[in-house]
Amino acid sequence: MSHVELRHLSKQFPGVTALDDISFDVKDGEFFVLLGPTGAGKTTTLRVIAGLEHQESGSVLFDGEAVDNLTPSDRDIALVFQQYSLYPTMSVYDNLAFPLRSPLRRKSAEEIRKKVEDTAEKLRISHLLKRKTAHLSGGEMQRVSIGRAIVRSPRVFLMDEPLSNLDAKLREALRIELQHLQKTQGSTTLFVTHDQIEALTMADRIAVLNEGRIIQIGTPEDIYDRPATTFIAQLVGSPRINLYNARREDDTISISDSDVHLPAPRGSKPPSEFLVGIRPENVNPDPKGNFTGQLVLAEPLGVETILHIQSGQRTLLSLVPGITSYHLGDVMKFNIAFEHIHYFGLNGDRLQS
Amino acid sequence: MAHFEETGPRSPVVEPTRVDKVHPRAKWGKTIRVIVVVIITFIMLIPVLVMIMTAFKSRADIVTPPPKVFFHPTLEGFLYLFTDRALLNQGNLAAAQANPGELNYWEQLALKNGQAITGTSDYVGRLKNSVIIAGTSTILSVVLGLFAAYAFSRFKVAGKDDLLFFILSTRMLPGVVVTIPLFLLYKQLGWNDTHIGMIILYTAFNLSFSVWLLKGFIDEIPVEYEEAALVDGYTRLQAFFRIVLPQAVNGIAATTVFCLIFAWNEYAFALMLTSEKARTAPPSIATMLGSGGLEWSAIAAGSLGFLIPVVIVTFVLRDYLLRGVTFGAVRK
Amino acid sequence: MSTIELRQVEKKFGDLHAVKPLDLTIHDGEFIVLLGPSGCGKTTTLRMISGLEAVSGGTIWLNGRNVTWLHPSERDIAFVFQFYALYPHLTARKNIAFPLQAQGESRETVEKRVNEVVKLLRIEHVLNAHPGQLSGGDQQRVALARALVRRPAAFLMDEPLGALDADFRESMRSEIKRLHVLQHATTVYVTHDQIEAMAMGDRIVVMSEAEIQQIGTPAEVYYDPSNMLVARFIGSPGMNLITGKYADGVVQMAGLENRYAVPQGWQSALKKGLDGGSEIVMGFRPEAAQINDRGKLVGKVYASEMQGSSAVLHLTINENDIIHIRTHRLIPYPIDTLVHFDINPQMIRFFNPKTEAAIKPEVTQ
Repeated sequence: MSHVELRHLSKQFPGVTALDDISFDVKDGEFFVLLGPTGAGKTTTLRVIAGLEHQESGSVLFDGEAVDNLTPSDRDIALVFQQYSLYPTMSVYDNLAFPLRSPLRRKSAEEIRKKVEDTAEKLRISHLLKRKTAHLSGGEMQRVSIGRAIVRSPRVFLMDEPLSNLDAKLREALRIELQHLQKTQGSTTLFVTHDQIEALTMADRIAVLNEGRIIQIGTPEDIYDRPATTFIAQLVGSPRINLYNARREDDTISISDSDVHLPAPRGSKPPSEFLVGIRPENVNPDPKGNFTGQLVLAEPLGVETILHIQSGQRTLLSLVPGITSYHLGDVMKFNIAFEHIHYFGLNGDRLQS
Repeated sequence: MAHFEETGPRSPVVEPTRVDKVHPRAKWGKTIRVIVVVIITFIMLIPVLVMIMTAFKSRADIVTPPPKVFFHPTLEGFLYLFTDRALLNQGNLAAAQANPGELNYWEQLALKNGQAITGTSDYVGRLKNSVIIAGTSTILSVVLGLFAAYAFSRFKVAGKDDLLFFILSTRMLPGVVVTIPLFLLYKQLGWNDTHIGMIILYTAFNLSFSVWLLKGFIDEIPVEYEEAALVDGYTRLQAFFRIVLPQAVNGIAATTVFCLIFAWNEYAFALMLTSEKARTAPPSIATMLGSGGLEWSAIAAGSLGFLIPVVIVTFVLRDYLLRGVTFGAVRK
Repeated sequence: MSTIELRQVEKKFGDLHAVKPLDLTIHDGEFIVLLGPSGCGKTTTLRMISGLEAVSGGTIWLNGRNVTWLHPSERDIAFVFQFYALYPHLTARKNIAFPLQAQGESRETVEKRVNEVVKLLRIEHVLNAHPGQLSGGDQQRVALARALVRRPAAFLMDEPLGALDADFRESMRSEIKRLHVLQHATTVYVTHDQIEAMAMGDRIVVMSEAEIQQIGTPAEVYYDPSNMLVARFIGSPGMNLITGKYADGVVQMAGLENRYAVPQGWQSALKKGLDGGSEIVMGFRPEAAQINDRGKLVGKVYASEMQGSSAVLHLTINENDIIHIRTHRLIPYPIDTLVHFDINPQMIRFFNPKTEAAIKPEVTQ
């Protein structure tokens, strides 16, 4: 397994800067997630690391050595795509064996058989070995794709949104499997996704990308608790963070166009105009609450419910456990956990408190 | 396997059925539609039926108006097609008629018109020429087209769009327009009436079509397959043979059939640029002369023979054709 | 009034039974969700309601009118597709106006209705663009506007959020539901995502393998699933279901030798429900379990997921079963650690492993 480092990668496509000075490192055995919206540059970054695309400047290093001049096969990496990774004309066994039969590897049929069977067992697809890939379900296909990546024991795993095309339930199940597999194998993995839940649940560390630039790198807790910009605050966390314009007058903060007034934090105070972010789990309905609003929508998810509370012209999202019995139009009293409020400047950057 | 949530069957490939197609009142509509289709099919097949009948008619039956539907079939047409005959003078004619037992069926048939068989015609030879020229040019068009199409599909080629248009533009010309310059060119090269000349010509004409068609098919094959193979350590060529080719068979079959049909039926160039050695079937069939003008029954019989190889090829490849014509699976 | 009624509606494709005969009544103004995994028959059912698919049997009634054999255009419904199905050569405005123009409405009516709908969905700024120039979310809003502009008797939506990015899905979800609250139009919504179903549905129809498994409100399918399939499918993660042997009020589980004493009040219900069998399935939701050093049950850590404000811990209790427990996220759990926990007795459920049906508790407290 390898330590991967990217130094000042830049790449242009006609008319658009795909990557703008990207630098980060992935420790040996780490599960590293590239998170960002479609078009942020995450897939391009992955393809540059794989050697399928070439950067204009900057370099990629594996274990301290630059691999920029190596072909994809010489870099000894494995790639798992979102779809179309399995050869439709071959059986599952042949698909798994394909990487081992490449001219670069020269393995005997006996070695290949053992490796394929080991891998199939790890992914619990031993019973599918003889089947043609066209006769597999979506989840089974993805497990075979992952198997094809594992079977070679490469230095680095690169995964490009491998779960995006699966049903929600399948995604949940495969997330757990992938995490367990990665932790027990100790494989250095780079995982690309636009889904923040995948990033939070699986990553050791996350790099958030937007428009070709890295905006923040940190553990899931770092990204969730201390988002560096409003973009990240809104990207990560479900339901989405409540973000509003706010004003400060002396020691009182008011959320514009609403009836919510909060005490300003002690220590360094935000400027007179700024942005305030409150996560829904920090908005708590309470019959003795300090604030009042009206319930305009309730979304019962089962384990918790999202309440849309209107105060003035603003709607605050509140996350409460269980399924509630409030009715639309009810008057809601609530509190806000002040110590968990996020403050951002009008430019979107986090204000140090 | 409690924790792998594999619920539900995979969606099968099924034909949706619209309300207006299975409405109880729609059954009448269906019957009418079937009848109309049968009638139209029959009308379309009439020329083929006439051709088959003509092959088995006698000269008299063919030329006498009105056209006869019921007639006494004879194998005269095939005699005219496969043999060369000469008119017997009075003496030989009498001698032959005196000893009918010594003659086989065909010779007797020839005798009825006062002729004796002098040898086999060059019909089979012409068919052979057609097979060689059309077959070879088809193979060349498809193979060369395949590699070119792959390159256009996968690589960054300078001026790709212009090149593709240029290739397509060669089809915009009616072939007849260039026959005279070609004739002169071939004369210079010494390619007139040679197999190689015709093969190269047909290949050149078919290549544009096959590149365009095959590029479309290869475009449909996701590039991720090859990228995965590259990452695994295969060269591009190996990836091409192991991955792209198996998935492109439908397209290759469809392209092969179309190229073959063009080369097989080609008339104008064959007529102008060949005479003896390399003459293909189409010009020779159409100009079969008999004692009173065109030998219709021979032409019909010859056309039948000409039809058969193409019908066989198309029949053998029909599954691939169907898949190829519908241009691959529906992707979500 | 826009009630929809399906009576013994079924669909066969040759030998394949895509939808087994089902009965369903959708009330006026209701937002009903057809939920299930791929291939369960939900989309086929929706298409039969719309007329895009012919029924193999049964009848469909819209407002008391038998519409089973009517052409889709005659049924007064609007269909919203997953991939928007916008006409690429028309601007957004022309796309929205299209259905009304097709119906021959006057210019003034078309103008008025289009503006109404555009204001409602806040898409004034994209009206002159072509669909190809718009983001996924905007395209879906235009598609919704196109459906809304006709004021049909019912809206049929086929996984309309499936093509959108994850974060967009959330906001569009509440937008669609808020629209429904305002307009109160009968809506039939198809999805494979149970979070969408729970958040939006007044009632949820859980389908699997061409059959209806349960019809109920979000609370009903969540707290009282009628069978193991619904229990597993609803909730993320779904309900934990563990097989074990039942005797004398105790469930014995394989693997780490867990024994669970069934709460008071369940014993007679279980005796009846299991019908003499010795195998039992017990179920509890991730939030029903509490991690507790002195907990009576134990599992080995398989994976742990930080989910934002909370975390989910995945434990194996034997070779085949993984259970999920909701927990606070501050405590790290390395793989293979042994973790003890208890289950809230109010939230335990039991199922008959042979029929997979839920065993109803005795009605006492």
